[in-house]
Amino acid sequence: MKPEDIETVRALVHARSGVVIDPEKIYQIETGLAPVARRAGFASLPDLIQAIRARRDERLLWAATEALTSSETSFFRDRAPFRAFREEILPALVERRGDKPIRVWCSACGTGQEPYSLAMIIDEEQTKLNAKVDLFASDLSERSLERAQSGVYSQFEVQRGLPIRLLVRYFEKLDERWTLSPRIRDMVRWRRINLLADLRSLGRFDVIFCRNVISSFDESTRGRVLEQLANALPEDGWLVLGADETIGGATDWLQPVAGRRGFYMRAQPAHAAA
Amino acid sequence: MKTCLVVDDSRVIRKVARRILEDLGFEIAEAADGMEAMAWCRTAMPEAILLDWNMPVMDGLSFLRELRSEPNGHEPVVVFCTVENDLEHIGLALEAGADEYIMKPFDGDILEEKLIDAGLVA
Repeated sequence: MKPEDIETVRALVHARSGVVIDPEKIYQIETGLAPVARRAGFASLPDLIQAIRARRDERLLWAATEALTSSETSFFRDRAPFRAFREEILPALVERRGDKPIRVWCSACGTGQEPYSLAMIIDEEQTKLNAKVDLFASDLSERSLERAQSGVYSQFEVQRGLPIRLLVRYFEKLDERWTLSPRIRDMVRWRRINLLADLRSLGRFDVIFCRNVISSFDESTRGRVLEQLANALPEDGWLVLGADETIGGATDWLQPVAGRRGFYMRAQPAHAAA
Repeated sequence: MKTCLVVDDSRVIRKVARRILEDLGFEIAEAADGMEAMAWCRTAMPEAILLDWNMPVMDGLSFLRELRSEPNGHEPVVVFCTVENDLEHIGLALEAGADEYIMKPFDGDILEEKLIDAGLVA
């Protein structure tokens, strides 16, 4: 790839998603864009870049952006946040909210492993807690959302992070693919959401998962997105970031939860603006 | 050091598994069938067993049933690792006392996660 082609792609992706692509990762850019070029009928990558520069085909521009911003995920990724959700957060919220439904949002759900992991936990705890949970999942990528909604995974994917007893309990095997039970699939409501957009109309969420996303943003985007997420939390709500992510100096609207890596709450009280 | 007994009639698979498990800090013992594995366990019960299904002499399921009826046979964490990838086989394995189940082909990450969940790897 020519340096100016890489710049074209980086500028597009940054403008649309806030994600900063490392210009050194040429191989990743090329392998990400190759299927986009193929599906759109371009003979080569330079032809695709040419079309991106022309900026006429919105669908193509989004397809390229999505292809370079979606990343691999797995069931119960990093384990600890899911354990905390099962053992502490969910019981605490059931007690506090009473009959009001608990609202949980996976804001960058990729191919669905994260919201489905939460859905399986909720289902398993149901006899104990009788929790009413509204589970929302969103992603920037239309393609990822389609895959997520289908609930169909490869053998490789169901072996990443999913305990075998949950595979047996919640999946059926069809040909060589594994399909999640409709009961669990129906627990999740899906929507395409760009975190750069105005999120105020979404309402409040008791728990927001936003994992392994903000670290790919530039500093000012990171601050803006985190502040929008903070505003979507009630005072006793949780924001859950990726295991290796911190808010750093991006915003002072959030404070870390002691002893819980990756967990944040709204800072009290100075900046908790409406 | 924790010991993992790798039970598989394929020398190649044993070698691959050995490399992954040694990196995870296990000492490795190898057996080519269930009978050999049983002899190992009667001498020194390992902390973990990675177990193939289809083997000559004694298959993995028969081995597991026999193991779990031995004194201290409940101790090892047993992870099946086999090409059998349908729910019937998985169900049989779990009923017989398997802790986890890997469908081949597998990689180091999958094996590591299963052993982390079993509490054998930090």
